[in-house]
Amino acid sequence: MTDDAGILAYLPRDRDWHPPALAPAYRSSIKRSPHQPLLKFPCSLSETTGPLFGQDARGPGDDDLIHNFAAAGQSALGPRILVHGYVRDQSGRGIAGALLEIWQANAGGRYRHVNEGYLAPLDPNFGGCGRCLTDADGYYRFSSIQPAPYPWPNGPNSWRPAHIHFSLFGPAFAQRLITQMYFEGDPLIPLCPIVNAIPRPEAVDMLVARLDPQAALPMDMLAWRFDITLRGPAQTPFENRPEGL
Amino acid sequence: MAASKKPLPESPSQTAGPYVHIGLLPNFCGIDGVYASDPGNRLVNADTRGEHISIQGCIYDGDGEPLRDAVVESWQADADGNYPSPGPGHGVGKGFSGWGRAACDLHSGEFGFETIKPGAVPYADGRPQAPHITLWIVARGINIGLHTRLYFDDEAAANAGDPLLAAIEPRERARTLIARGEGEGAYRFDIYLQGPRETVFLDI
Repeated sequence: MTDDAGILAYLPRDRDWHPPALAPAYRSSIKRSPHQPLLKFPCSLSETTGPLFGQDARGPGDDDLIHNFAAAGQSALGPRILVHGYVRDQSGRGIAGALLEIWQANAGGRYRHVNEGYLAPLDPNFGGCGRCLTDADGYYRFSSIQPAPYPWPNGPNSWRPAHIHFSLFGPAFAQRLITQMYFEGDPLIPLCPIVNAIPRPEAVDMLVARLDPQAALPMDMLAWRFDITLRGPAQTPFENRPEGL
Repeated sequence: MAASKKPLPESPSQTAGPYVHIGLLPNFCGIDGVYASDPGNRLVNADTRGEHISIQGCIYDGDGEPLRDAVVESWQADADGNYPSPGPGHGVGKGFSGWGRAACDLHSGEFGFETIKPGAVPYADGRPQAPHITLWIVARGINIGLHTRLYFDDEAAANAGDPLLAAIEPRERARTLIARGEGEGAYRFDIYLQGPRETVFLDI
């Protein structure tokens, strides 16, 4: 049992900080964005509880994308990287037992997926999925290869910056989040309409991992630091209760 | 309590993209051998107490086209209205995790869950809520996951007293959250992202 057990309400999402549903430069959002305002209501147990993932939610090697799809004795092609950081809530407290699920393209920018047809080759030793749980302090780490940028059918010549997808669970379903991690210094970041759907540059900056030379493993892999903040508890249960409810 | 500190900003959301299955349901998209099995859309086994039901639906975009690349997650209470979550008043239910994950079919767009009808759980102010299942939708073109709720058309009295349904304006939009019984425990719940039948989505 954790301290989170007693939380009765979460801070409301700052919808001006997140990307809006409709960001026309990201073409897929045009027909997939709701037009009506979201219904606001105070959190109930349906939102402040969430599924419990224990150690049985993952297997050995799930956090090693270099090897978890590779043939025996082989490994994925590409620059070897360690990605690590903390998952915290908005009060700055580390979240223990948070499940991270990650997915990414290979070192040529190709995803292993039945619907994917980019001309870059598949790497027979790279699947592109992994998962890990945070420790008691909210710390996580996984190893992978650096994904490459790739073209996508948004405009006539659109390219995604190199990125890793992250799916996150905190203790409450209200904290559920999917986001993407970018790499510091990638010149494609400011050109991307998915990135630019985020209104504020300070918010984009939260998604840019920093090279972490001190954490690099000598003669093995570079390290990137990526901290994530999930929603945090409201200080009193009902302070965010909207008028009229 | 100590002086309040300004909360840190949340990490901003980004779309799950068209290849969300790689991370969430790798076996579904042809990546075998990494995970023994995908997290599933069957929440029950033979021992799960409660009324066993199935839910089937489809998500439609503004052109009326089914989303064929979306993933839907569900979160619900057990038959007694307890969430299988850590914490006081909850118990990790035997044979029932409360959580499911389903891929929309790559050709038809249909998604489904096999579960139980949840019991009633209280609202923030203690009033009872009608039995409901929380759904969360991610896909290409969805910049931040969409939360909604599924209620049941055979719970008319409970639905009439449900505080969340009562807060929906205009009133007729509450209908978008009611799954339609099709007999023998089967329910249909279609989701519309836009248009005259647009589903009510929640600011959770």
